[in-house]
Amino acid sequence: MATVKIMDQEAIRRAVLRMAHEILEKNKGVDQLALIGIRTRGVILAQRLKNAIKDIEGVEVRTGILDITLYRDDLTLVGTKPVVRETLIDFDITDMKIVLVDDVFYTGRTIRAGLDALVDFGRPAIIQLAVLIDRGHRELPIRADFVGKNIPTTKNQDVQVVLGESDGKTDEVIVED
Amino acid sequence: MPWKHKHLLGLESLSREDIELILETAKSFKEVSSRDIKKVPALRGKTVVTLFFEASTRTRISFELAAKRLSADTLNIAANVSSTSKGETLLDTARNIEAMNVDAMVVRHSSSGSVLLLAEGLKCSVVNAGDGCREHPTQALLDMFTLQEKFGRIEGLKVGIIGDILHSRVARSNIWGLTRLGAKVTVCGPATLMPRGIEALGVDVCYDLKKVLKQSDAVIALRLQKERQQDKFLPSMREYSRLFGINQAKLSEGSDHLIVMHPGPTNRGVELSADVADGKQSVILDQVTNGVAVRMAVLYLVLGTKTE
Repeated sequence: MATVKIMDQEAIRRAVLRMAHEILEKNKGVDQLALIGIRTRGVILAQRLKNAIKDIEGVEVRTGILDITLYRDDLTLVGTKPVVRETLIDFDITDMKIVLVDDVFYTGRTIRAGLDALVDFGRPAIIQLAVLIDRGHRELPIRADFVGKNIPTTKNQDVQVVLGESDGKTDEVIVED
Repeated sequence: MPWKHKHLLGLESLSREDIELILETAKSFKEVSSRDIKKVPALRGKTVVTLFFEASTRTRISFELAAKRLSADTLNIAANVSSTSKGETLLDTARNIEAMNVDAMVVRHSSSGSVLLLAEGLKCSVVNAGDGCREHPTQALLDMFTLQEKFGRIEGLKVGIIGDILHSRVARSNIWGLTRLGAKVTVCGPATLMPRGIEALGVDVCYDLKKVLKQSDAVIALRLQKERQQDKFLPSMREYSRLFGINQAKLSEGSDHLIVMHPGPTNRGVELSADVADGKQSVILDQVTNGVAVRMAVLYLVLGTKTE
């Protein structure tokens, strides 16, 4: 089984920093801006983007945590139910500019579920999507607004994002055959 | 550890990990009920039937709301209007309902073990909402959820269960669940309503309410069925209330953090005095709120399990 390292710690750091700049540029600042991370690694990336935005603008934007399990479209197909974890959005998202954050963007089904979940909480002015890795093979008409790195993959490859906060190891992105 | 039970018939057959998974899942579902839009699509297209052969408001509504908040379709059948009153057997009634492609049946029945019979005879999931004197698992689960919420843990908690232990399915389910999660359980009640050999389940027996109140972190007061007096288990309701009813004076001898729980419906002035039931140590309404979350968790887990 061949594994290739696509990004190291520094590359991830620079990508997050660039995405933070892009988010600020596109939204013309931090007004009404909030980041919502999809469990598990999207939450960590949202936190890192928040820190980067604070370094650039000196303002702390709001962050929330989204668990999309209950909105999955394959719930009736899987044998044992996946573990549901808490969703934590302690502010009203209505009329806000929401950036949804996830680690790997693949079929788009997770994001579809995330969008359905989000609109149950309110009616944001706009929802944008930030992902660290876009590996292609979309099954739904969804695209990302901010991308850390595009990687061409085949469907039988596995993309793993390793982040210190959740995995206890040095940050990296690896592709496994 | 993944969930692998098709039915929820009681806590006796569940492992500690199973119970902890239900409580953990319920935590996420509690948040759903606090939203403006109190609905998630997790059980869309599933049909849940509540089949109640005993009177119930709280439990039935709680199950119905739980199913609805998960987007399942619900149907309520009460015993007095069902065809069992025309002489059909329990299993036949249930099989006929199941033949309309029902995914889960929530059942309450006055015979202990009736839900076991249904679980064996049906293909759909069966959830026990109270069977005779055997078990009432979701009540015990919501009690444990409430305890965990108030104390942050269950391990090591001292819990007193007060009242008619002999006939109480709530007591039995709580004993199985609480002891499995490492709580120290003491049962307390009139000697005539104390099952012989209950110590074998890993609980202490005490006939002195004041002593139990003094040592406990939480007490669960059980509902006393008024018929028990006619059945000669009790000399009088007044004597029961004097010896085993909790009033503010007795409560103030316990610790400040002691909480009072009751599965409802409360006989005010019998198990609890009004000032205790409405007092700041009472968590009775929290229990009701948590009941919906716990039942959502149970339906979610049970309905996802494929049979081998």
